[in-house]
Amino acid sequence: MDWEYFLELFLGGLTRGSIYALIALGYTMVYGIIELINFAHGEIYMIGAFTALIVTGVLTLLGWNHIAILVLAALAAVVYSSAYGYTIEKIAYKPLRNAPRLSALISAIGVSLFLQNYVLLAQTSDFLPFPAMIPDFKFMEPVAHIFSSSELVILITTAIVMILLTFLIKFTRIGKAMRATAQDKTMAALVGINVNRVISVTFVVGSATAALGGVLIASHVGQINFYIGFIAGIKAFVAAVLGGIGSIPGAVLGSFVLGWTESFATGYISSDYEDVFAFLFLVFILIFRPAGILGRSTTDKV
Amino acid sequence: MICILTVNANTVIYTKFCIIIIFLLTIIKEDGIMNWNCSRKALVVTIMTIFALMAGGALLFSCGEAEKPVEEEKVLEPIKIGVVGPHSGDLASYGLPTVKAAELVAEHRNAMCGVNGRKIELVVVDDVCKPEVATNMATKVIGEKVHVVLGHICSGATKAALGIYNDSKIVAMSPSATNPALTQSGDYPNFFRTIASDDAQAELEVNFALNVLKLKKIAVLHDKGDYGKGLAEFAKSFIEKDDRAELSLYEGVTPGAVDYSAVVQKIKQSGAEAVIFGGYHPEASKIVSQMRKKRMETIFISDDGVKDDTFIKVAGKYAEGVYATGPMDTTSNPLAIEATEAHRKKYGDDPGAFFLNAYSAALALINAIEKSCSTDYDDIVKALRSEYVATPLGIIRFDNRGDAIGVGFSMYQVQDGVYVELK
Repeated sequence: MDWEYFLELFLGGLTRGSIYALIALGYTMVYGIIELINFAHGEIYMIGAFTALIVTGVLTLLGWNHIAILVLAALAAVVYSSAYGYTIEKIAYKPLRNAPRLSALISAIGVSLFLQNYVLLAQTSDFLPFPAMIPDFKFMEPVAHIFSSSELVILITTAIVMILLTFLIKFTRIGKAMRATAQDKTMAALVGINVNRVISVTFVVGSATAALGGVLIASHVGQINFYIGFIAGIKAFVAAVLGGIGSIPGAVLGSFVLGWTESFATGYISSDYEDVFAFLFLVFILIFRPAGILGRSTTDKV
Repeated sequence: MICILTVNANTVIYTKFCIIIIFLLTIIKEDGIMNWNCSRKALVVTIMTIFALMAGGALLFSCGEAEKPVEEEKVLEPIKIGVVGPHSGDLASYGLPTVKAAELVAEHRNAMCGVNGRKIELVVVDDVCKPEVATNMATKVIGEKVHVVLGHICSGATKAALGIYNDSKIVAMSPSATNPALTQSGDYPNFFRTIASDDAQAELEVNFALNVLKLKKIAVLHDKGDYGKGLAEFAKSFIEKDDRAELSLYEGVTPGAVDYSAVVQKIKQSGAEAVIFGGYHPEASKIVSQMRKKRMETIFISDDGVKDDTFIKVAGKYAEGVYATGPMDTTSNPLAIEATEAHRKKYGDDPGAFFLNAYSAALALINAIEKSCSTDYDDIVKALRSEYVATPLGIIRFDNRGDAIGVGFSMYQVQDGVYVELK
């Protein structure tokens, strides 16, 4: 067995996994609180990438230095996307909170299509080059042929975001309120939790992680267009389901498992069947653990 | 490419039809049981009206097309050229430039003394790019006693009509049908074309890799789409036929994926010196960038889906040194400049798809009739195969299969941020 090849595929899967994870975290948070699959999440990611591109363009013209541009662009993307997330929730999901779940789902698909076409019309349908904002670190040079600097940055960011989110949910006041809202909205409202505010915060945080993902991934891949959110969103959704939707470590684990499955299937079998293996694996997991790898099974009381 | 478009056009029409039916059914449903009879009558009337309108429109159209003003003061029988292609419907934009090219050439020649003293007359017929219509239209132009046919435009329609022309011994020359089998099968000795066939690019890519770059191991990738996979399959078969190189990898990649590192590692593992990629520029730029970021120097060769300035813009510094095939550069050809100028003068805008190919085809046909001093099938075919003719695409003649010699693709390389044609 060729261990170097194995390691390369393993690291490739890890990169792919952390890309999916950055998007999957937002999916799983929103689902955990209001049990809504937010299909517009991929579009928030795309909008984040576009915002960063515009800010980068302006700042590069002004001649700022690289790191400052990266930080400012990421900040702008996070703020702008969070505003979108907040507004979408108020306009498209809040009025449907007591409607059947299917209505909210269709509303989500509608928002997704709207945002895609909005960016298509307001910006362009072309592929745009995205500047590589993550510098090539000197100390990564010896291993650059198997693991690049941007991959390292994405991996570390994913880990930090996951730890921060876990901390937020486990140890803060708003986190406690989130957990209470997730368990029972009515009861949470009865004990004085502002449920609307909690849900808004969830959307803002989820959108912020997606925007961060948008900036890093676009910088890694080097190109964006209005359609990138759709494919990335679908894959991240699969990853979230695989890991157990609603669970934050689950989303990250599911993303890595999906990334590795795709990477090894491509490496050892054929990339023609990359997606086939990814989805076969999903079916396989769901047969034995219907709630996902780390998901808790809930029993419906009638 | 044209073939696929035809299928799509059909689908669109069927979809529209379905939508109309669903719409009508909804009307019935909403009217309720009370007005059931009334609305069913309405439905029947509506459908009949639609059909009547459609049929009427088609009749009007074909009449309008067929009645071309005939020169009254002719001394000799005119040379009749059938111009067949889609002139209405979804694919009209592929067919109309050919009509304009033929009109320009005919006008130009008639203003002088025509062909050997005979005027040129065009018989313009619409086949909507559909094989079933194309056969009828072929019979129609044969009934009009045309001497040669300029057309058809789509590969499918061309194939359907060719057998009929062959039986009647009429030469047909397409400016745009790229399906390789049309010439390579040998079934249609009466067929010629002024565009390179689909496999020409793959052949050029492989020849370039073997003869110029002298590579031993080549990986072939594609994007699983019709265009990319078709090219990749041709490239694969050309490499396998040749003993000088070995096919080290043949894979399809998922278009739109966020990351291609696994495929890139696989290329490295296979030991390929070069990658031949069939597909479009978004995937190509991702694969090239990832290879270069992994410090791989593997040569990248691709097709005219990548020979696009967007590729250079997106891939940036990683695009440097990438090879791509594309149509030969004709912008400096004086005949091409003249033809484009004439088009602007007469029609007020820039020419559309396949205009130069059609212009060249018309010139080649007229030249063959002129040089052979005859309108006999055998003489025309002989002249087409032996006589060189200066056209906007360069100086061309036709080989025994019917493909134009001198028309085709060139290899380009990205040098300092622009595609440069390699001679």
